[in-house]
Amino acid sequence: MPEVETRVIEPDGLELLVQALVDRKFRVLGPTVREGAIVYDELDSAAELPIGWTDEQAPGKYRLSRREDEARFGYAVGPHSWKQFLLPPKIRLWRARRDNGSVEVIEESNDDKPLAFIGVRACELHGISVQDRVLLEGRYVDRDYEARRKDAFVVAVNCFEPGGTCFCVSTGTGPKADAGYDLALTEILDGTHRFLVEVGSERGGEVLHALESRPADETDRTAAAAAVEGAAQKMGRELDTTDLRGLLARNLEHERWDEVASRCLTCGNCTLVCPTCFCTSVEDVGDLAGHEAERVRLWDSCYSVDHSYLHGGSVRPSPRSRYRQWLTHKFGTWHDQFGESGCIGCGRCITWCPVGIDVTEELTAIRATEEVGREDH
Amino acid sequence: MATALQAEPRAAEAPQPFRVRTRRRETHDTWTLRLEPVDGVGLDVRPGQFTMVYSFGVGEVPISFSGDPRGPLVHTVRAVGAVTRAICDARRGAVLGIRGPFGNEWPVAEAAGGDVVVVAGGIGLPPLRPALYEILRRRRDFRDVALLYGARTPDDLVFRRELERWRARGDLQVEVTVDAAVEPWRGKVGVVPKLIEGARFDPAATTAFIVGPEIMMRFSAQALLDRGVPPSCIFVSMERNMQCGVGHCGHCQLGPTLICRDGPVYRWDVLVPLLTAREL
Amino acid sequence: MKTIDAVLRDVPMFQGLTPDELVLMAGCATNVHFDEGAVLFREGDSADVFYAVRQGAVALDVFVPTRGAVTIETLEGGEVLGWSWLFPPYRWHFDAKALTPIRATAFDGACLRDKCEQDPSLGYHLMSRFAQVMIERLQWTRLRLLDVYGYGAAG
Repeated sequence: MPEVETRVIEPDGLELLVQALVDRKFRVLGPTVREGAIVYDELDSAAELPIGWTDEQAPGKYRLSRREDEARFGYAVGPHSWKQFLLPPKIRLWRARRDNGSVEVIEESNDDKPLAFIGVRACELHGISVQDRVLLEGRYVDRDYEARRKDAFVVAVNCFEPGGTCFCVSTGTGPKADAGYDLALTEILDGTHRFLVEVGSERGGEVLHALESRPADETDRTAAAAAVEGAAQKMGRELDTTDLRGLLARNLEHERWDEVASRCLTCGNCTLVCPTCFCTSVEDVGDLAGHEAERVRLWDSCYSVDHSYLHGGSVRPSPRSRYRQWLTHKFGTWHDQFGESGCIGCGRCITWCPVGIDVTEELTAIRATEEVGREDH
Repeated sequence: MATALQAEPRAAEAPQPFRVRTRRRETHDTWTLRLEPVDGVGLDVRPGQFTMVYSFGVGEVPISFSGDPRGPLVHTVRAVGAVTRAICDARRGAVLGIRGPFGNEWPVAEAAGGDVVVVAGGIGLPPLRPALYEILRRRRDFRDVALLYGARTPDDLVFRRELERWRARGDLQVEVTVDAAVEPWRGKVGVVPKLIEGARFDPAATTAFIVGPEIMMRFSAQALLDRGVPPSCIFVSMERNMQCGVGHCGHCQLGPTLICRDGPVYRWDVLVPLLTAREL
Repeated sequence: MKTIDAVLRDVPMFQGLTPDELVLMAGCATNVHFDEGAVLFREGDSADVFYAVRQGAVALDVFVPTRGAVTIETLEGGEVLGWSWLFPPYRWHFDAKALTPIRATAFDGACLRDKCEQDPSLGYHLMSRFAQVMIERLQWTRLRLLDVYGYGAAG
C-alpha cells in the first residue's frame, strides 16, 4: 500500500482552504453557530467556523458551551447533516405544459455549483455512503442526487470530542475517517494548535498543495492518533450490534414496542435529523386552467400516518407500528434491502428526540429479554 | 468525489406522454384504457408488472398492466380516489403520463409442465390477465388451467365478454362467484376459496397466482394449502403505497422488501411472516 | 341402479361413516329430483328434511323488499342443503330454488333424529359432520361480512 500523503497546516490554513475551494468554483459549506446550534451553512470564511465552541448532548438535550481553547471542530455533530444538500428537503423534479392536447414534460436540470463540505465526520462519510447505496447504486439512479453528489468535494474532520449520544465505535463508522474523502483533517490541540491533513484523492492533493503546509512528522502523527483514540474512548453510548437484523425480525411483536410507543410522539424529528433516512414523497400540482403542472419532491417520514397510505386507510395507523417500522428498518431490514445497516452511530436521533428516546436503550431492552429467555432454557 | 454510476433505465423519473386510444367501461366504477406512446416508442411490460400512471396536474398512482404482453399498454382502473377518478375520466385522445414498467413478473414460464390455478378477487383479475394471455398462447405447455374469479356482485365483474370466450374454449376451467346476487344471476354465490375446493387440479403439480384484497388472498392461499399445494408454488401480488417505483422513496416497504423492487409478486412462503405481523 | 346406502357412500360429508350407520341413514332417505326453477323449500315452512345434493345447483334466497330475491349462497353437487331440521322449531329460514335440474337424496328429519337418539354413536358422527359444514359456511360468511371488494382491493 502506498504511503498516504500527510502534511500539517496551521489553523490559519483553514482560511486558505476555504478560499482554495471558493476559487475552484465550489459552493463551500461547513459548520457555523446559528440559533444556539452548530449547523451546516455556506461559509465565506474560516472565521465563521464554530471557533471555541462545543456541544453538550444527552437524550433530548443539546446545548452549546464555550471551550477553553480555540478549537475549530471541538464538537460532535449538530441537528443538520449533509443530506440536506445532497437530498434537499424540497426540490422540483419536473414541470409539464399542456397545449392543444399535447403534453411536454421538462425535467429540472441542476446547474448549481458543485458542493464542497468542510467538517464531515467519519460517521457522516458513512451516512453519505449509505445514501449513495440507496440512490445511486441500485438499479435506478436518482438524477438529482447524482448531480449534487458526483463532484462534491469532501473535507473530513476526525473526531476528538464526541458527544454524549455518540456510538460510532459500536457501529464501526468512526471516529476516524477511513474512506470517501478528498482531504481528512485531524485537529491537534496538544499545546501547538495544528491540523494533520491526509490526502484521499488526487484533487484533494492538488488543493492541499495550494495551501501552506509542511510534511507531517512522527510527533504530529502520534498526536493525531492520540486525539482520535481519545475520541474512541469517550463514546457517550454503546450498542451491541450483533445480528440486529435477526434480533428485530424475531421480535416484531415484542412488548417493548408498546412501551416505547407510550413515549414516542411520532413527530418524525429522528427521521429528519438522521443522515441516512431517505424517504421522500411527491406532490403533483397543477394550475387552475390545466395548462401547467409540476412535481415537487419533499422529505417524508415513516412517522406520518400517510406514509403507508393505501386507498381506504393507512397500513401503519398506530404509533407502535410506526416506531417499529423506523427502528426495524434502520437496524434490521436495511440489511435486507441494501446489504448494510442504516445506522451510522451519530446519535442525532437520541439528542433531538423531544422525549429523549434512545435507540441504543431500546435495542438493548429487546436483546435483554432474549438473553433472559436463553438462560431459562 | 466520483462514484461509479450505472445507466439509468428509461422513463424512471419523468412521465412519458401516452395517448388514450380506446376507453371501455367495465363496471360502474372501472374502466379499461388502451394507451399508445405519443413519441411512438412502446413499452415492454411483463405480466405482473405495474406502471405509474399520471393524470395531468392531479397526481400519479401505481396501476397493474392488464393487457396482452405482446400488445399495447392496457390498464384497467377502478375509480376509488381523486387520481384514479381522473384517469378513468380520460377520454379518447387525452394524454396521460406513464413511468415504468416497474416490479417483477408472474413466474409463468416456471409453471409450465404442470397445472395452473389463477385466483382473482374483485379488481384482482386485471393484473392476472396478462399471465392468462401468456398461458393460453402456449396452452399445450400446461396441463389443467383454472381461472377462479370472485367479485362483490355480478355488476362488479370485469372482462365479462372475455370470460364467456374463455369459458367457451373448453381448455380453461372458468369459475365465477359473487358475494351476493339478485336475478337474473344464475351463477355461483359464495366466496372464492370455495371455488378452490371444487376446482380440478393436481395439488402436487400446481402453480397458483392470486390477486385480490389481502384478506381474500390469505383465505385463498389457505384453501390451496388445505388442498395440498406447496406454499412455494403459490404466488400473490401485493400492494402498498408505491410512489417512486424505483426503490428510492421508501413508501412501499413491506418488512425486508420494497414492493416496487422486490415485488409486487411474492412467493407465499416468503410472504407469510410479513403478512402475519400486524401493521407491518 | 344403486341402493341408497351405496349412493350415500359417495356423499363427501358422509365419508368415514360405518356401513351399518349408512344403512341406518338409508332407512330415512329417499332419492328425489327437482326440475329447474323448482322450489325445494320456502322460508317459514316446516323443515322436516335435509338434502344431500348429488347433481345440480341450488340457490338459497331471501326476499328483500325493493331488491327482490337475493341469493345468499349457492350449493352444488357434493354439498348438503338444510340444517333447520336439527333443532326446534324446525322451520326454514330461507328459500331454496333449483337453478338447474337437481338430483338429491332427501332425509326425513324426524326419522333421523329418532335414530340418533337411539344410537348416540351415529348421532355424534352425524352431528360432528354437520358442525364441520356449519363452521365452514360460517367462516365463509364472515369473510363476506368483511365486504373485501368494497374497499382496499388490490390492483
